[in-house]
Amino acid sequence: MNAPALNDTRTVALITGVLLLLTVATAVGQFLARHPDRGLDPAAVRSFNLRLRGWWIMCTVLAAAFWLGTTATVVLCGLVSFWALREFITLTPTRKGDHRALFWVFFLFTPLHYILVAYDRYDLFSVFLPLYGTLFVLARVALAGDYKRFLERTAKIQAGLMVCVYCLSFAAALLHVRIGGEAGGRDANFRLLFFLILLVQFADCMQYAWSRMAGRRPVAAEVSSTRTWEGLIGSATSTALLAAVLWWAAPPFEPWQAALAGFVVAVMGFAGGMTMSAIKRDRGVKDYGTLVVGHSGVLDRIDSMCFAAPVFYHLTLLVMGQGAG
Amino acid sequence: MLSPAEPFSRRQGPGTAAPGPSGRTAFCRASGLGLAALARLLSGASVRWIASQPDTCQRVYFANHTSHLDALLIWSALPQSVRELTRPVAAKDYWSRGFVRRWLAEEVFDALLIDRTDIKVSQSPVDLMIREIGTTKSLIVFPEGSRSVSGEMGEFKSGLYYLAKKRPDIELVPVHIDNLNRILPRGEFLPVPLLSCISFGPPMWLEQGEAKADFLVRARRAVLALKE
Repeated sequence: MNAPALNDTRTVALITGVLLLLTVATAVGQFLARHPDRGLDPAAVRSFNLRLRGWWIMCTVLAAAFWLGTTATVVLCGLVSFWALREFITLTPTRKGDHRALFWVFFLFTPLHYILVAYDRYDLFSVFLPLYGTLFVLARVALAGDYKRFLERTAKIQAGLMVCVYCLSFAAALLHVRIGGEAGGRDANFRLLFFLILLVQFADCMQYAWSRMAGRRPVAAEVSSTRTWEGLIGSATSTALLAAVLWWAAPPFEPWQAALAGFVVAVMGFAGGMTMSAIKRDRGVKDYGTLVVGHSGVLDRIDSMCFAAPVFYHLTLLVMGQGAG
Repeated sequence: MLSPAEPFSRRQGPGTAAPGPSGRTAFCRASGLGLAALARLLSGASVRWIASQPDTCQRVYFANHTSHLDALLIWSALPQSVRELTRPVAAKDYWSRGFVRRWLAEEVFDALLIDRTDIKVSQSPVDLMIREIGTTKSLIVFPEGSRSVSGEMGEFKSGLYYLAKKRPDIELVPVHIDNLNRILPRGEFLPVPLLSCISFGPPMWLEQGEAKADFLVRARRAVLALKE
């Protein structure tokens, strides 16, 4: 059954709501961009408009994926992972001895993992990369004969695989969660995914907004001076509120459970952002600018998602388990 | 696309590069486009023109050499109209071995093959290049001579200087290729699809009375300056 079923009122409500919000935000953004005399920081307005454009693209791509079906969405997620891993390894210094290992990581392990996700083999994909991926990377780098900083190098590749491929794939895996009862069906799975993306993006924005308005104490000033405790708490609370209000969109959740999920998603997203900031700090912003100029986006956009997706996935399973029990 | 009257009709001696590309078939052209697209996709290359613009005037693009993909990537980074006029200079001992390499070099990329092992005064590579490009074509050269192993840039060989001296009207455009040595390092044949960056710099010329060593150092610095 491939025809998109838009007869579901909750899906329609969610989509309409988001589109309305985006349209209003775009109108405001354009207005602010044309009237620079409003006393607002033009750089902030520009980044707001850039972010909005990113969301429009995201929505369009999601709509296309929804139209094409579950497998297409998994493939799309795989491509995003692939691109993110590219950026990650590009930023990370590797040695020539890592070359063959990296080749297989890109062209065998990443696709194979997503194939397992596409075939809904949770039993396999949950261990494939953490177990066999690790063993392979260690052994292949050792076999290449270069022992210099061995653990450091293998850990880098491993971290890249975990964050960019393994973690992100849980977002795609949400589409295979079997939501029982009348709330189930393909629409429900897509709504679940959409709910997660919405929460992650919202949490990002709230973090930014709260940090800007009330931010005083950075969590780790050396890593990121703009991510503050106030931003974290503010974003976690606001995201929990939004999730509670939108609980009807996420099938297996009760309102309080949705709020909890929102809270956790915001905290995890924050952790993801901090992690990527730490990596970028270590490498120096300069490298990032020269090598990934133009399309610096992907890893920056999905860092929060990478950390939030697995937790949200397991929360969903947990909530459903409770419901069944 | 190509001018009907090739400006050079002099016969080349046996063992020199293949004649001009007027006879390139549509298949070869399509192969070139396909390979260029593939190289761009695999290398995730972003192209920057720094204080410089693509132009169909006669130019010599000189770049650091780190990978087999270098020439292909520079070639693919140029706009179609410029690409048609630009010929990579490559080592004959490597590119004329085997059918596929020879076909790629001669038919697809219209490369100018230089015999590194047998350089004679009567048949110097620079004279050959000047003769081959006539008054319309541009060249892609790698003045280091061979790919560096470490990724560090080596000293420039003097060919670029003599080229500039004999044809002072040609624009010399420095090109810096970043990260490609990690995508396809020397001695590897399978690429790892990381992201790379190609930067074209502002054209330069040989100054009046500039010494060979000074010019070569200046040219090398011009390439290195694009790293930032």
